[in-house]
Amino acid sequence: MEKNKYKNLVAKHTPKENILCNGLVAFVVGGLMGVLGQGLIDIYSYFFNISTSDAAMLMIVTLVFLGCFLTCLGFFDKLVHFTRCGLILPITGFAHAMMSAALEYRKEGFITGIGANMFKLAGSVIIFGVVSAYVFGLLRLIIIGG
Amino acid sequence: MTFKYNNVYINDTSTITGPYESKGPLSKYFDKSYDDLYFGTKTWELAEVKLIEESIDILLNKLEITKFDIDVLISGDLLNQIVATNYAASSLGIPLIGIYGACSTSVLGLIIASNMVEAKQVKNAVASTSSHNNAAEKQFRYPVEYGGPKRKTTTFTSTGGASAYLSRDKKGIKVESATLGTVVDLGITDVYHMGAVMAPAAAKTIYDHLRETKREVGYYDLILTGDLGIYGKDILKDYMQTEYSIELKNYDDCGSMIYDVENQSVYAGASGPACAPLVTYGYIFDQMKKKDIRRVLLVATGALMNTTMVNNKNTIPAIAHAISLEVVE
Repeated sequence: MEKNKYKNLVAKHTPKENILCNGLVAFVVGGLMGVLGQGLIDIYSYFFNISTSDAAMLMIVTLVFLGCFLTCLGFFDKLVHFTRCGLILPITGFAHAMMSAALEYRKEGFITGIGANMFKLAGSVIIFGVVSAYVFGLLRLIIIGG
Repeated sequence: MTFKYNNVYINDTSTITGPYESKGPLSKYFDKSYDDLYFGTKTWELAEVKLIEESIDILLNKLEITKFDIDVLISGDLLNQIVATNYAASSLGIPLIGIYGACSTSVLGLIIASNMVEAKQVKNAVASTSSHNNAAEKQFRYPVEYGGPKRKTTTFTSTGGASAYLSRDKKGIKVESATLGTVVDLGITDVYHMGAVMAPAAAKTIYDHLRETKREVGYYDLILTGDLGIYGKDILKDYMQTEYSIELKNYDDCGSMIYDVENQSVYAGASGPACAPLVTYGYIFDQMKKKDIRRVLLVATGALMNTTMVNNKNTIPAIAHAISLEVVE
């Protein structure tokens, strides 16, 4: 059988992913994460009497800690199963990606294990995060002049 | 290439599994199951070593023989450089043939063992294989705790070790014939759809076996593929019909039998080298000993996947080996 013909045969028996449903779940969960983040900023700036940008920093630290903590307890991957990309895309997912890799490779030593593998997933996020920040920054400069 | 055997029997087998398998519908057919995935060891890799060691221990106990009575151990697994096999063999001290056939390893081992026993090169042979869900996830996919969302067609690597003892003593299950598979690649690149990768290889081996033995598909009470999963099963049936005009009757797939696909979060079913022998040595042999089924063609399917080759945008080749098993009359 030709490869193209086989591809069609496979497609016939491959179930459709619930893209709309998954997207909606991720949108709602991601949105709730945003609400939680904003809530934390408000709380921190009100109770500690600090600027919004300082409070935002504390909010990130809190969410990163929460992500790592749930990963260590072995809950996060189970939450991901239900929340799809809703928890993976926000900052919690970034923390989770690093922590899960660190956990996975801790038996292979601090340098050859954790050090060498911690950025296995998160490395791409950092690289392309920085690259796209430059690209969009440049576009902004060109289009609206800074 | 089909081999015919006159005097090869699988005298006894042993199976050992992890927690997911023991929660599945076939749990009562396994010799031993663990509740966690470390089995008292420090790493998943060592846990997989233990699966092979312990499955052989259980087998020797059942047969009431010692490891010094075994002429050759033929074993393989999924880990790089088949380390689970090599480390297990290092503690066992039985002469080793280490093999790799991905998830087709179990039947490949049985074929090599049968050939050696039939040719009287050895008095007996033990064929073993293992897979470990977390060790495989770590090697082939993402860190286990990451748990990124997966597609419905993804298969779940089974955790288990299985061993079979073969000799010329006429008891147990008869190995009647076997067909070595050829590598088939129909251009699939999706590592989350292994059923689609392997179905053409299974189809070709089944077709070759039937042609070379001059048999009809109805000759077998059951044709059993290794780990195509619930979607791969449909693909194989459709492909077999379109390509070879053979309607697969009395057909099932080990990957869709070992778990409760509806209630366990295993996506399309089980995969891994341990999947086919766990189901066959446990459940199927029990049915054969009760004489509910008499002739079984076991076709273990293996996706010969390598992460570097896949990342380099290469397609995934696959292989399937078939072995014909019969009740001893």
